[in-house]
Amino acid sequence: MGEGMHRRVFLKGGALSLLTLGLSPSFLRRTALAAELPRVARGKTLIVLFQRGAADALNVLVPFGDRDYYAARPQLAIGSPARTNGASGAIDLDGFFGLHPAMTGFKALWDRGLLAPIQAVGSPSATRSHFDAQDYMETGTPDRKGTTDGWLNRYLAVKGTCESCTPSSSAFRAVAMAAQTPRILEGPAAVVAMNSIDEFSIRTNAGDAQQRLEALYRTGRSDVVHGSGRDMFEALKVLRAANPQQYRPAAAAQYPRSPFGQRLLQIAQLIKAGVGLEVAFADVGGWDTHVNQGGAQGQLANRLRDFSDSVHALVTDLGDRMDDVVILTCSEFGRTVRQNGTGGTDHGHAGAMFVIGGSVRSGMVHGRWPGLAREQLYDGRDLALTTDFRAVFAEVTARHLGLTDIDAVFPGYRGGIGGSDRWLGVMG
Amino acid sequence: MPLGHIARRTMRPTVLLVTVGIGAVMTGACAGTSAGIGARSGAMGSMQIDGAREQTADQQVQHVLHRLAFGPRPQDVATVRQMGVDAWVAQQLRPERVADPSVEPLLRQYRTLSYSADQLLQEYPPPGVALAQAARRGGGALSAQDSMQLRQQAREGARALGELASSRVARAVVSERQLEEVLVDFWENHFNVFAGKNITRYFLNDFDRTIRQHAMGDFRTLLGAVAKSPAMLYYLDNWQSVADSGRPVLQPIPPRLAARRGELVRRAARQRGATPEQMARVEQVTQRRRGLNENYARELMELHTLGVDGGYTQQDVIEVARALTGWTLARGGQGGGFVFRPQVHDAGAKTILGVPFPAGRGQDEGDKVLDLLASHPKTAQYIATKLARRLVSDTPPPALVARAARTFSRTNGDIRETVRAIVTSPEFFSADAYRAKVKTPFELVVSTLRALEAPADVTMRTAQVVSRLGQPLYGHQAPNGYPDMGDAWMNTGAILNRINFGLSVASNRLPGVRLSQWSAYDSLRTLGREAQVDGVIRLLLGDAASNDTRQILITGSNPLAAADVRAANGLAQIVGLAIGAPEFQRR
Repeated sequence: MGEGMHRRVFLKGGALSLLTLGLSPSFLRRTALAAELPRVARGKTLIVLFQRGAADALNVLVPFGDRDYYAARPQLAIGSPARTNGASGAIDLDGFFGLHPAMTGFKALWDRGLLAPIQAVGSPSATRSHFDAQDYMETGTPDRKGTTDGWLNRYLAVKGTCESCTPSSSAFRAVAMAAQTPRILEGPAAVVAMNSIDEFSIRTNAGDAQQRLEALYRTGRSDVVHGSGRDMFEALKVLRAANPQQYRPAAAAQYPRSPFGQRLLQIAQLIKAGVGLEVAFADVGGWDTHVNQGGAQGQLANRLRDFSDSVHALVTDLGDRMDDVVILTCSEFGRTVRQNGTGGTDHGHAGAMFVIGGSVRSGMVHGRWPGLAREQLYDGRDLALTTDFRAVFAEVTARHLGLTDIDAVFPGYRGGIGGSDRWLGVMG
Repeated sequence: MPLGHIARRTMRPTVLLVTVGIGAVMTGACAGTSAGIGARSGAMGSMQIDGAREQTADQQVQHVLHRLAFGPRPQDVATVRQMGVDAWVAQQLRPERVADPSVEPLLRQYRTLSYSADQLLQEYPPPGVALAQAARRGGGALSAQDSMQLRQQAREGARALGELASSRVARAVVSERQLEEVLVDFWENHFNVFAGKNITRYFLNDFDRTIRQHAMGDFRTLLGAVAKSPAMLYYLDNWQSVADSGRPVLQPIPPRLAARRGELVRRAARQRGATPEQMARVEQVTQRRRGLNENYARELMELHTLGVDGGYTQQDVIEVARALTGWTLARGGQGGGFVFRPQVHDAGAKTILGVPFPAGRGQDEGDKVLDLLASHPKTAQYIATKLARRLVSDTPPPALVARAARTFSRTNGDIRETVRAIVTSPEFFSADAYRAKVKTPFELVVSTLRALEAPADVTMRTAQVVSRLGQPLYGHQAPNGYPDMGDAWMNTGAILNRINFGLSVASNRLPGVRLSQWSAYDSLRTLGREAQVDGVIRLLLGDAASNDTRQILITGSNPLAAADVRAANGLAQIVGLAIGAPEFQRR
């Protein structure tokens, strides 16, 4: 009760002081609303995975049915499934698109009806800067640089915290498996950023130091410093009770030993520990393949194998829980249709995304295919955009997590499929 | 000339006084250390109230050392007490008169800190450039040796940013010109730039020098220096903002040349062996519809001068952006210094905040826009608010802000005088302001090192600790800079990290920090638990610990350990707990 009070007062005080700081009225409205909005449906989790560096969508979700694809990439193109036997060709999905041959893990998800690929999706901004494009995708406001918070944090702020949840369980409501809070989760709602679960502990072997630290925060004045400390000690207990150190992945799920694989393993741990995880985030680099990108084998193939195997392990490990979990993958933009002079591809425009979960509409590749003939390209060189990334983010957030105020999370978004009755349809 | 003579004459005694003051205090501190430590906290606290100030004399000493400095070193309290709070404040407002002998030798230990952007770009080319160069050498293939070399080069390149961040922390720890360091931190945050945006990091040594030069000077000069700094031109894209097509430019390019321009530039780039990344940029620049980029113009008004409610419109943003077209970098996206390019400067007439700007003006037009913004009453209000928030409290009293804003306007944006108006005010020394601010991670780390007399760390590790605590220097992506509000820094993860920071300090896991080097260590080590706790409360917590805190620190020690080991370990533990305690999170 006392702590609940404290939180609400804190929220209000925060909003008021933001006003004096000079943030926008809409931000204030969102923050103030947060205290009153209907509460989160329990048990749903959204995992956002960001491929930083601009993944080459055309070699991830291969348009083997488009002849222009092969003309543009004489060395880099992935062969069509019909012409190549076995491992070196694309893995056929629908007779036109296929997965990169290293993505056998994703193929297994497709076969189980859990995978919804989207082609020619991305940011409407014309920028080809990694920095700007990541910024736009994480703030959810393309071409608007002044946005201070990330869209996932705005979602958290708009939805408010779960009323029946204790402060301790909401400590892990939003977790970034990263050293720093990423842009996408920056903002007024509380977020835990950690490289690993082990990090969320008090590192002392000196007897009763932890108890005495806790006592220091339980006594004294009731201010934001003490309040945060009390919440933290509660959260520690929740995590300890869940005992994530003793974790064994289910169904013999094989996580790669890579940092990315291990981060996903820990997200699974948190979900299964029942700590109230609603939004999780992890990112993975290595996609900026200007040089020696490789085809069926090589640099990109290795990145994709790690990516696909890690996600596959996570889905396998979560088992039936995937009914309540959606995984969303994204990358800031795609790459040039033509290969460049150094065996790679340069910064492009539209890309590919995957939405994965028990409630997605699988069995088809979503999004309209704009074609790769020269006149169909963006700026004469890149895959054109037919789906705004916000259409996907908004649909997943609305239909999976129950967001109703789309405009508060994606301000100014009036896309062709922005209205709730005209979704792209990735969520069934 | 006579004036200068007088100034120098009056200055000399001041310097002398300072030297004497420090010398005297150091002796005093050494003598006082063992005697003073262990004395029960309240005993030394004098309750007299100084004039209209609500804070006690002792509180005032603590207050100025936490607001105009990054926390006290053990001897500082005695120094300020002896000099008098007001004299110390006046001295800090004149950093050029404060001897700062430890900084020059410190800076010499950094290899790349003195490098300019051009030197850095040459010695440590961006990884993309280096990679493509190597790939070309190898005919498209990279040998194992190449890739090892590239990785090495990239690591070395990242070092430069690490050195700058390290120097920021180290200077804040050791500099005697503490208020200047506080204001450097303030302005680098006010004019936030992000190292991670493409090649911005190469410009940051120069940017740091620019901010330092003007941190306590004239706001208009500072604003202009930032506007022309490659770091800001690059970070907020003004380097690529050009007149919209169809607009008259100051110096038109001949049409024949203009038509061939794209192809010429591309060919030239290919001939000089541009990397794929560079070629992409060339393509982008030559193919893109030429036009305005409003990014800098908007933040210039919203964040650097008027503030978000500063009364400007979207049309003003566009007009300011037009006035600043042609303010760019000599080598565009590859860097170089500030240049004005009349070929892309929008030469039309503009109206900005109701003020007409006639057609046909050049670089001076942008300078006039900066004059207009710097002298605007909303700017005075906004800068005064931010300074008062930094120096006084998260919600500074409006009357104080109004007075500071008037000083700012009256002195044409004299930063020193505006700060003076704030830090000599009754509001600054009010009871409400005392320990009202939550430390940022930077302040937490620096104040710890100062309290424990740790030497400056010239490695990157201490700066990395600041990063892990949530405040990587030059690592804030959005242009608004880090928040200066306590609640923004307080959440479960932050508290956990701060507690672990305290524990790592106490177990000598922080680079350069050895409790045994702390001057109080030897005298405290052999005392009883209660006396140890009181010493730590006095030296680290400025006597501001609650009775509960004192009791919690006193109780509990390992009864199985031998008595002397117990006492020494106990002291380290008390220090660790004190740094992790709620009281140490405030200043």
